[in-house]
Amino acid sequence: MNKKSFGSRIVAAPYMVWAAIFIVVPLLIMAYFAFTDGSGNFTVDNFMQIARFKKAFALSIIYAVIATIITLLLAYPMAYYMTKLKISSQRMVMMLIMLPMWMNFLIRTYSWITILANTGLINKFLGLFGIGPLQLINTPGAVILGMVYDFIPYMILPIYTAMSKIDNSLLEAASDLGSNSWSRIRRVIMPLSLPGVISGITMVFVPSISTFYISQKLGGNKDMLIGDAIEYLFNTGPQYYNVASTLSLILMVMILVCTLIMNRFGDDEEVVV
Amino acid sequence: MKTLSRLYIGLILLFLYAPVAVMIVFSFNSGGSVWVFEGFSLDWYKGLTTNTSMLTALEHTLIIAILSSVISTVMGTAASVGILALRKRVSRSAVMSVTNIPMMNADIVTGVSLMLLFVFIGNLFTLKESLGFFTVLAAHITFNLPYVILSVMPRLRATDMSLHEAALDLGCTPTQSFFKVILPSISTSIFTGAIMAFTLSLDDFVISYFTCGHYQTLPIVIYNMTKKTVTPDVYALSTLIFLAVFVLLILYNVLQSKAESRRGFNV
Repeated sequence: MNKKSFGSRIVAAPYMVWAAIFIVVPLLIMAYFAFTDGSGNFTVDNFMQIARFKKAFALSIIYAVIATIITLLLAYPMAYYMTKLKISSQRMVMMLIMLPMWMNFLIRTYSWITILANTGLINKFLGLFGIGPLQLINTPGAVILGMVYDFIPYMILPIYTAMSKIDNSLLEAASDLGSNSWSRIRRVIMPLSLPGVISGITMVFVPSISTFYISQKLGGNKDMLIGDAIEYLFNTGPQYYNVASTLSLILMVMILVCTLIMNRFGDDEEVVV
Repeated sequence: MKTLSRLYIGLILLFLYAPVAVMIVFSFNSGGSVWVFEGFSLDWYKGLTTNTSMLTALEHTLIIAILSSVISTVMGTAASVGILALRKRVSRSAVMSVTNIPMMNADIVTGVSLMLLFVFIGNLFTLKESLGFFTVLAAHITFNLPYVILSVMPRLRATDMSLHEAALDLGCTPTQSFFKVILPSISTSIFTGAIMAFTLSLDDFVISYFTCGHYQTLPIVIYNMTKKTVTPDVYALSTLIFLAVFVLLILYNVLQSKAESRRGFNV
């Protein structure tokens, strides 16, 4: 037994077997499906068929990037203002942000239909002034709104955590050295909160690019996103498993590359354990 | 400045709670629509008590959440101990990279890859149904494990080695020392991991969707309901869930601040 540990490495054995079977093997099976045809022969034909899903990939990336940017722009001031509150109020606001997170996201997304629909609350309100009805639901804007709404807590929380760790004396030192409030934000708070921003971006971008529910409910099935394509193909039948696996594999590689780039960006040491 | 910042916080909270408010209001609608409010009634709440498919799904969700969080907490805590005992740095970081996969990956990819595994196993043994209780349980344990490990491991790493050594010097076997000295000192992080696993499991839709077969959990039933025309009963159910979470969260906060003030007195 290792001298510097509390137990034997043998106790990790069940987990390692589990991780091999349920994490590694499924991905290998997925890769196998991606590179074979229906009868199990090797082929790269699936990757040729991806051209049909060009639009889905492009839309997913565009929507996810826009949603992530909007989320960041909304969340950053929120996190900053939160750190200015009294400690007890900070805890209150934190709780209020986390509360909707623990409700089913399907319902939270669905409730937006009541608000955005042609006969929905916003249009009824505008109707009082003789405006509209505006087409709000089933638009790209509604899909992006859904993404921002569902994932904004994942952006606020890490940024807030990073900001609340900033030592106040650093800010005082900056003021003593002649910084005004804007340059304190730009030169002290922004660099020190970067790790929070990085993990926030990853935590919003990954679910946004791979969602399949939000686009179906708020986008009215007009534009298929990559998550919709994967879900549709897997549900249609085993003959589509190969193409669907290829799409999943590409999505996974895209997410992996993005995460690695983001981590490099933030010089995040925690990732390497 | 102060009013501006409060206004901003208020607006973001308004954005977060607008759909929640809509949901609560329309759950009391006497009419059958989620567009037009006709009047106040509790009919949809009464209807829930006889909605068997929803109640069965609720039962399934709780069974899966309890079993998967208990199993993943035990397995994950053991794994944290064992991984830290690995001698080679390389093998440690290899195990941790695999552990991170389900957290970093998109849920849909985790879901479909598990489904492919289960269908493969099902075909191997020519089962009639490859998906069901055991597959959704295995899937939940799988995505819970990394959260447990990442909650327990840092705490375990920070635990003072000399406590363990002192216990050994005083005649404990390593096993006794683990259960009597180490385990109590990491119990908070184990508890945090277990709670995280439990809530993740309760809330999971995407991975369950691909792995549950006919063993439907609550999010799956809600999904099927939102596919058809939605009636306020879904909102009534969600309002109840919202209330339950609200109460639990307040309770947790009260307990936490109590624990903190107690710790404050000790120092």
